[in-house]
Amino acid sequence: MAGPSTYEPKGAVMRWMDTRLPIVRMGADFMTFPTPRNLNYWWTFGGILLLCLMIQIVTGVILGMHYVAHIDHAFDSVQRIRRDVPYGWLMQSAHAVGASMFFLAVYMHMFRALYYGSYKAPREVLWIIGCLIYLVMMATAFLGYTLPWGQMSFWGATVITGFFGAVPVVGEGLQQWLLGGYAVDNATLNRFYSLHYLLPFIIAALSGLHVWALHVTGSSNPIGVSSKVKTDTLPFHPYFTVKDMFAVTVFLIIFAFFLFYLPDALGHADNYIKADPLKTPPHIVPEWYFLPFYAILRAVPDKLAGILLMLGAIAVLFVLPWLDTSRVRSMRFRPIARWFFFFFVIFCFILGWCGAGVPDDYAIKIGDGGITFYRLGQISTLYYFAYFIVILPILGLIEDPVERPASITQAILDYGDKPEPEKVLVPAE
Amino acid sequence: MAFKTVRNFLIAGGVAAASLTGIAIAAGGSGPADGYEMIHKHWHWQGMTGTYDKEAMQRGFNVYANVCRSCHNLDHLAFRHLGDEGGPFYDERFPNPNDNPLVKNIAAEYEITDLNPEDGSEITRPGIPADYFPPIYRNDSEARFVNNGALPPDLSVMVKARNNGADYMYNLLLAYEHPQPDTVSLSPGQYYNPVMEGSKIAMPPQLQPQEGVFEYQSDTEGQNPPEATVEQMAADLTEFLAWSADPKLAERKSAGLMSMVYLLILAVLLWLAYKRIWRRLKQPVGG
Amino acid sequence: MAEIGLIHHDDIVEDDGKRDFIFLLAGAAGAVGAASIVWPLVAQMGKAADTLALGSIEIDIGQIAEGEQLKVLWRGAPVFVRHRTAAEIAEAESVNLADLPDPATDADRLVPGPDGALKPEYLVQVGVCTHFGCVPVGEAGDYDGWYCPCHGSHYDTSGRIRKGPAPRNLDVPPYEYLSDTVIKVG
Repeated sequence: MAGPSTYEPKGAVMRWMDTRLPIVRMGADFMTFPTPRNLNYWWTFGGILLLCLMIQIVTGVILGMHYVAHIDHAFDSVQRIRRDVPYGWLMQSAHAVGASMFFLAVYMHMFRALYYGSYKAPREVLWIIGCLIYLVMMATAFLGYTLPWGQMSFWGATVITGFFGAVPVVGEGLQQWLLGGYAVDNATLNRFYSLHYLLPFIIAALSGLHVWALHVTGSSNPIGVSSKVKTDTLPFHPYFTVKDMFAVTVFLIIFAFFLFYLPDALGHADNYIKADPLKTPPHIVPEWYFLPFYAILRAVPDKLAGILLMLGAIAVLFVLPWLDTSRVRSMRFRPIARWFFFFFVIFCFILGWCGAGVPDDYAIKIGDGGITFYRLGQISTLYYFAYFIVILPILGLIEDPVERPASITQAILDYGDKPEPEKVLVPAE
Repeated sequence: MAFKTVRNFLIAGGVAAASLTGIAIAAGGSGPADGYEMIHKHWHWQGMTGTYDKEAMQRGFNVYANVCRSCHNLDHLAFRHLGDEGGPFYDERFPNPNDNPLVKNIAAEYEITDLNPEDGSEITRPGIPADYFPPIYRNDSEARFVNNGALPPDLSVMVKARNNGADYMYNLLLAYEHPQPDTVSLSPGQYYNPVMEGSKIAMPPQLQPQEGVFEYQSDTEGQNPPEATVEQMAADLTEFLAWSADPKLAERKSAGLMSMVYLLILAVLLWLAYKRIWRRLKQPVGG
Repeated sequence: MAEIGLIHHDDIVEDDGKRDFIFLLAGAAGAVGAASIVWPLVAQMGKAADTLALGSIEIDIGQIAEGEQLKVLWRGAPVFVRHRTAAEIAEAESVNLADLPDPATDADRLVPGPDGALKPEYLVQVGVCTHFGCVPVGEAGDYDGWYCPCHGSHYDTSGRIRKGPAPRNLDVPPYEYLSDTVIKVG
């Protein structure tokens, strides 16, 4: 797909450089990279995520200049950043809101891949690297949330590290090794800070691999038919650079709205209370982006089983390319799968809702009884796993996809240049 | 044609943002007990452009200094903060709050524990603007011992440390009046308050009208202060503590306005550039 | 099929010059945005408000007995406030300027009090040797002033360099008298 490089160095200096470190060639090949011309806005989240990572690293390095990783000073140092450091309030809010925006974008990116079958051959490795990035992102976010040393920081760290204590036989030793003590304490805070500083650079490296893999296979596209002829693609620059820039700007408007007008809406009030190892907040919930997994964790009453189920919810993503048996990539041409996908998205939101709720409270009230968050979480968990393990494998074998265009060029001739037909989510029959 | 995709894109983003907000609100804990109706005030600083009212903050600081100060500290506040831009005693003649005489006078009313550089002994001296509000108790253990086992929390970030913190603060101070149901039994040293988690609070009612805790002095502008009713004092204190928890609010909102306007203009320009570039392609048949 | 008109063709020139203007405008707007983001990223490394708050200090000099020196930390360095004796003042004033490596009269190194008159009994200076930043020792050296033990610079009773490698007199910090006995440094 990527094809041979068309870059021709101009002048003696460029030729000299090109035979030693062809970095200009690499840049030029990026710019001319043939990109399916029918990509829609769902394909702009790659660029948006790159920006998110940059924002987090830049603001994070800056916060590191002012933050003090010690249990006696961490909370106060964050307050000092917000009050006394020039533009510290901006840096701290941008980093905290930025974490949420990063996850918002990554979820959009992932749902896009799920709908359009971007994980299928030949992009399995590309998808697995993406799953790895997501995993490291979760670790980074968790470690970072500990650093302000508020009540949610402390108790979140206590609960999450408690997962490791559930491992049979070695659990307690493992947990205490991780904490560097009997409980979350100064040793924990220090190592979490160190690791929180390290992991984003691993994300950056993995992102490099992700883009490399992308440039080997080329982008997938909304109709899922591989690019075949020259007219199927356009050079990345300027067509998609300008489109990405526009999308990034729209994304930044949402970002700025939260940053400047609702900086605390995505956090927890309890984290403005300094960590107190003697007092647990009445209602511990993780950040919103972990809520679906939190609901899955609580869906079974057994500690170890809950943890395994939660890990399974992530692990299943890694093997997804081999679970989905359909030979059609895009759900646009899969009339039944489309509905199952639609419900999958709904259930992911419901899982998030359940994760935020108190398990024994009624999510849906019917008369005196109703469906508790606990029960609703179980149902949603069941669907989550069924979608990957049962529905996709079976559906691929029995479903009759609707007729697909022969090529991207043909699709555009049929539909016009609108990247998405209007009948999304409506079965073709 | 592509307008539809932009629309879809915006809808997708909007749905995501709205569900984030929804989750944030849904996660927001339980309400007050025993049929107490929360009073939702419209605060000066709410909305896209609202900022704190300076006179209200000054009166609120008076309430703090005369009432709350006997038990609660403002851990993260230095006296100089009071004279910062947007703060209760800001004066544009003194861009450096350390020179502000009001701030200096307030600071000097507090005794700061310091070391005698000669012999290392502990001394007290009057505060200067650079000092932080000095702790009231030597440590948490002493604070608990003096207060029936309850620790009076720091108030400097309190409004942020509770869901809907301003209304919480305001209602907490007023909710003592709510009739106590028979089902609630109190231990000695406890008071009934439906806004408090668990409806029991160790803090006695502080703002009482009949005793007139104190009178509002005329403020720095020499204007007549409002009558110091319980509601007025509670609202003013809340205003001051809201500022204390989020002192950069005005700066944040004005930066927000500029950013939003800028980003909208940039988005339009990039949209036009995008259309221009894609128009280089011949319109495909049927497009 | 491709011939129908999907080919990317740069050879068809756009009709007007508006294209370039839009690109210019978008590029300029982007550059303005980038520049305004850079400012907070740079400014955050500047002095924070709590540091600035200690950038000026008030010193009660009334407590210093004659012939004594008060050492106060200001902006991370010591400030010497010396209550000089009449003999020291006389010695400082009687120097021939031509003998000085860094000529300055004693009056040049003082600021007027609240009444506008100089108060020669109080000498305020930054206690950092102008050679390599060591703290000089008081009432020492060949000129009865200060002596820097690091590389042997001798200062007189007005803090002026008289002998040794230091290039300048001890610095006088910016300060003013708030009252007869209180000065504000910084």
